[in-house]
Amino acid sequence: MNTTPTGAQSPRDHVDLVAHDATASAKIGPARSRRSGRRANASMIIGAGLVVLIVGLALISFVWTPYDPTTIDPAARLQGGSLTHPFGTDTFGRDTLTWVMVGARITLLVGVVAVGIALLIGTPIGIISAFFAKQPWGMWIDAVIMRANDILLAFPALLLAMLFAAVYSPGTGPAMVAVGIAAIPGFARVARSGTLQVLGSEYVRAARASNRRIPAIAVVHVLPNIAGMVIVQASVAFAISVLAEAGLSFLGLGTQAPTPSWGRMLQESQQYLSTHPELALWPGVFIALAVLGFNLLGDGLRDRVDPKMEARGA
Amino acid sequence: MPENLLEVRDLTITPAGADAPVLHDVSLSLAPGERVGLIGESGSGKSLTAQSVMGLLPDELHARGQVHLQGHSGNLLEANEKTLAGLRSDIVSMVFQEPMSALNPLMRIGDQIAEVLRLHGKASRGQIPTRVRELLRDVHMPDPDSARFAYPHQLSGGQRQRVMLAIALANSPRLLICDEPTTALDVTVQKHMLDLIAERVSAVEAGLLFITHDLAVVAGVCDRVIVMYRGRIVETGSVDEIFTAPKHEYTRGLLASSDLEATDDRGRLFTLKTALAYTGPQIGEAEASVDVGEPGDLRDEPQISTRPDHTGTSVAGSTDEDSVRTASAGGGVRGASVRDDHRTPSVRESVPLIEVSDVTRIFRGRGLFGRRRSDVTALGGIDFSVAAGARLGIVGESGSGKSTLLNILSGLDRPTTGRVRVGDIRVEAASSQALRRLRENLQIVFQDPFASLDPRMRIADIVAEPLIAAGVDKGERAARVEEMIAAVDLDADSLRRYPHQFSGGQRQRISIARALVTRPQILVADEPVSALDVSVRAQVLNLLTDLVDEYALTLLFVSHDLGVVKHLCSEVIVMRAGRIVESGATEDIYANPQEEYTRRLIAATPSLAEALAG
Repeated sequence: MNTTPTGAQSPRDHVDLVAHDATASAKIGPARSRRSGRRANASMIIGAGLVVLIVGLALISFVWTPYDPTTIDPAARLQGGSLTHPFGTDTFGRDTLTWVMVGARITLLVGVVAVGIALLIGTPIGIISAFFAKQPWGMWIDAVIMRANDILLAFPALLLAMLFAAVYSPGTGPAMVAVGIAAIPGFARVARSGTLQVLGSEYVRAARASNRRIPAIAVVHVLPNIAGMVIVQASVAFAISVLAEAGLSFLGLGTQAPTPSWGRMLQESQQYLSTHPELALWPGVFIALAVLGFNLLGDGLRDRVDPKMEARGA
Repeated sequence: MPENLLEVRDLTITPAGADAPVLHDVSLSLAPGERVGLIGESGSGKSLTAQSVMGLLPDELHARGQVHLQGHSGNLLEANEKTLAGLRSDIVSMVFQEPMSALNPLMRIGDQIAEVLRLHGKASRGQIPTRVRELLRDVHMPDPDSARFAYPHQLSGGQRQRVMLAIALANSPRLLICDEPTTALDVTVQKHMLDLIAERVSAVEAGLLFITHDLAVVAGVCDRVIVMYRGRIVETGSVDEIFTAPKHEYTRGLLASSDLEATDDRGRLFTLKTALAYTGPQIGEAEASVDVGEPGDLRDEPQISTRPDHTGTSVAGSTDEDSVRTASAGGGVRGASVRDDHRTPSVRESVPLIEVSDVTRIFRGRGLFGRRRSDVTALGGIDFSVAAGARLGIVGESGSGKSTLLNILSGLDRPTTGRVRVGDIRVEAASSQALRRLRENLQIVFQDPFASLDPRMRIADIVAEPLIAAGVDKGERAARVEEMIAAVDLDADSLRRYPHQFSGGQRQRISIARALVTRPQILVADEPVSALDVSVRAQVLNLLTDLVDEYALTLLFVSHDLGVVKHLCSEVIVMRAGRIVESGATEDIYANPQEEYTRRLIAATPSLAEALAG
């Protein structure tokens, strides 16, 4: 029941019959968008804050870092936190804060590229599959696509990355592609279920009844209506690829020396874990913050996007 | 003064952040055992009133005022959740509108009833199963002994609503609140449900607060009526007073627009605006038409009589079926029962615009893991034809195959067997090109105005969509969209807005605009008013009538409501379980139904006059 009555906007002492429903002129108000549109939730605010922090670090690192990331200073090796080196230095005397800042670049690059690959391939696959699923003759095509998708899903990103590293040389590029490919099934599934929902709606029936072709329906009706779900999926996939990149670099299958990367920092800190645990702490903390940030952002977006599709402000 | 069962005083509800209240100083009272109807359209505040009595108001709404219930001292608005929980079900309980979502889908209905009994501890543990059976029997569930093991999805809408009623009455409350309990139900089911509510309420001697937008519904159930409009009570009175001598202009308007049998001089239904000319329900006339003839008195007049003059006289278009439009008795409906009737050859025999012969549609059942389940026959041999310019009503309960038939006609689905011809297009074998041509000529208005418009598109784009498909260029598109929006009485302003900013009636206008923007010959309307309030219904029906005349449309109107069909259509097909039960001119079918099913359908249609007479 619509309980945001039109009467709310026009307090009248007597009943005005003429301006009732017959004309749309009066009282089409912002009543609903005002209520549900601007409700920020905590997880989204925290998530967005963390994401801004990481992105900010990466951006600042392009114009300014406390030290040069590749300069070796044996005299200042393995120092703890101090005023000159807030996060300390590593075994070559390189500033950890500088490395964390520059490392954020790789993390974000891998995230953007991997999610981009997965989104641009996975979403169309899901949409196309859903369109086939709705045709009586196309159901088997849908089944084939989705089962292939399941096979890919069963394939761990790590294995894929090792394969890529073996075929090409290990590096950031193959790692990004591997992580991206591994994230395709998630997008395909989300897009397919969203599309099926949209295709079952009456407005798509109306579009078909008015002769819109399938590509037009996909672009005009399906995409805008599943965009919310896909964005949520993207933020979650981003968190996963941050983690995957760190893991791959840790294993030496991702970013190679001398490029700074959080995963490599963890790896290099390994041998000093008992004497200088702070070397592992800082990259670990930032990996955790990045993953948490993108996950919270995804949760917050989901809460906002999913239940009230209609709450689109005018 | 005898204490009232329910006493609401100066109830004012303001949404958080808004300055204007949505409910203004509402005061009402209910004597023990009294049955009161609360009438108003969506947004008039009737549900809010009920929710504040139940303590179910959403948090964003701030209520001020006094709500007192017999058996509880103090203001219910200030009562805490625990107090309220004790009152609910014991003293006051509620039946909601949507039977599909009001029951827990994962719980057997017996358990759901038992839960209410257990929570309130009125029956001892051992008695609960007996009491559940009793309650199910009281609401006339078929086979109450095994029904309690059913899951909600195994029940029909009407049966679920019965279960809801059983739950509401489980602890013999003193006040039952029904919030539009029959709006989501078919007419025939609605009738049973209303009778049942009336019966149960008097059996347990409870008070009843019955919320609805439909005056015809309330007449048979309630003693007293309260009319709400825009958050205020505008009139209170006994059913007789309200129906025969409404004092407030809104009540009068509501009454007029509920009455599908009364029309103004232009043959249009009364709306809130034109209600001044309304003279009240025509009791005598209605009785005559409702009074079903004896099965014995079979009429000897031809089943297809001359059509009422408002068809056939429409402005002739440029189609080659022009001749048909002026024919007074061309084509018509040729259903199973009229197949072999002898029409005089003098009546100009012309090719009907739509011809459906022997159409069946069988849905193959597919179980989990591809196992075969039993097939479902949605249509089992449908035959009829429609002349150009005719207005055909297709009537039946949900599940009778109406929508499947429409899908087939519009090429959205293909028949399993049989032939369908629309114009010169053989729909069942049409190429995609031919289907495109068909859809340019045949457009659909869908049932649910909230689902049929893409929430992410502006109105201008929604209405323009069929034009894009037809390849009309941009400038002309905009011009035609504007023209169409004006034709359905919406502001040019609306074009830039999104669907959620419109009311149901306005959305249905947009739907109609979208359907007619390509100037089709045939308009198919799939229950276009069943989701609308009564007051808006009349406006939309009038708009349809106007546009059908203006654009010389052939109209196929699907509905479960015979009253609406009777007003709008010259011919009617009655469908049941995928077959045509009866067909012919609307007047004939109405005055002289041949089939038991049709008779039941007619009798179940709520009508003001009937309600008053009875």
